[in-house]
Amino acid sequence: MKDLSFGLTMTFWGMGVTLFTLGLLILIIHLMNRLYPFKKENEDDKKE
Amino acid sequence: MNMFSTAFSALMQGFAALSWQSVVMILIGCVLLYLGTARKIEPILLIPIGFGIVLGNLPLAGLAASDQGGIINILYKSGVLTELFPCLLFIGLGAMIDFGPMLANPVVLIFGAAGQFGIFITLLLALALGFGRGQAVSIAIIGACDGPTAIYVASKFAVELLPAISIAAYSYMSLVPIIQPPIMRALTTKKERATLMPPGEKKASKTVKILFPLVAGIVTILIAPMGAPLMGMLMLGNFMRESGVVGRLVDVSQNTLTNMVTLFLGLSIGASMLGGNFLKWQTIAVFALGLLAIAFDTVAGVLLGKLMYVVSKHKINPLLGAAGTSAFPMSARVVQKEGQKANPRSFLLFHAVGANTGGQIGSVMAAAAMLAIMSKLLIK
Repeated sequence: MKDLSFGLTMTFWGMGVTLFTLGLLILIIHLMNRLYPFKKENEDDKKE
Repeated sequence: MNMFSTAFSALMQGFAALSWQSVVMILIGCVLLYLGTARKIEPILLIPIGFGIVLGNLPLAGLAASDQGGIINILYKSGVLTELFPCLLFIGLGAMIDFGPMLANPVVLIFGAAGQFGIFITLLLALALGFGRGQAVSIAIIGACDGPTAIYVASKFAVELLPAISIAAYSYMSLVPIIQPPIMRALTTKKERATLMPPGEKKASKTVKILFPLVAGIVTILIAPMGAPLMGMLMLGNFMRESGVVGRLVDVSQNTLTNMVTLFLGLSIGASMLGGNFLKWQTIAVFALGLLAIAFDTVAGVLLGKLMYVVSKHKINPLLGAAGTSAFPMSARVVQKEGQKANPRSFLLFHAVGANTGGQIGSVMAAAAMLAIMSKLLIK
């Protein structure tokens, strides 16, 4: 029973933290993409 | 005559000390060498491991990982038990990964979380089979589909299972193209698999690519500091890559460092696989549970993919979910192949690579969360 509660605790917090962190990273990436959008000129500069 | 027989018996010591377990292990080492050499299955890892098994099991050679003062013992103690080798591998991994597809379409990052679900199901199964908590956590992490992470966790909590766990983790990573497709086909309809997604038109700017490893490193380490050695090294490697100003360091990380550490890691782990501690039922259980872990990862990923397919009104191909594991880039290739089988016009690789890199981050986060909880529980 103790092992089961250990396993369930791990599952709840492990999956929870992973989901939360990746969700947070999605928001951060959206924000960064808004602040620094991709511009075609960037690529043209590279080609030159 | 007496001197003659003494000299003869001295020369025969090695043969006399050979046990049946050592012979079996030497044969296993030879099989791995055959698979790596003739079949080209993960040769970079299987050849050092195979040779390490052979050397480690030769009696009186002093080359087992446990032989104090031996050269492999020095490598094992300084690189595996200190967790140095897996962390160094993560610098190389970070230098190899292009987060671009994920940054252009960040929603695929969520598949990286679903791709870790198998870890936790396997943890429950391992506990039910009677493994200790540290052992169960270490076995479950095979589901991360990520060799260095599995070695990192196992060397902390279950050194005795480290050889079996590392072999299982690396073997199953290379078997992903065989394990995943039947599950993907069983859980999806042909119509779902044939869903077309626009090829990667969106791109992330150079600034975002440079900032991401730094910001993601800080955020994830603040949330789960126990994963800092892995996440920190992964993001360092990626920052160097994206900065574009340290080409020499990136080159060394991608090639020399990764190859050298892989050689030492493989050799040390191989030499730690001794007959007495490897030939037992726990080893078979580790392999079986590892396989289940990867299967459950795929199931959870594809089921989330189906949910996203419905929510997005048939715009997201559910196969993408299978790329949420961190078997990089094998899972992404499998998704591309299965998508094209269902619809020859389908091109999912760009999105699948995004989900796959998300899986890389997800696996380290899952491991970090488990390490954090375990460390607190052990203190208590």
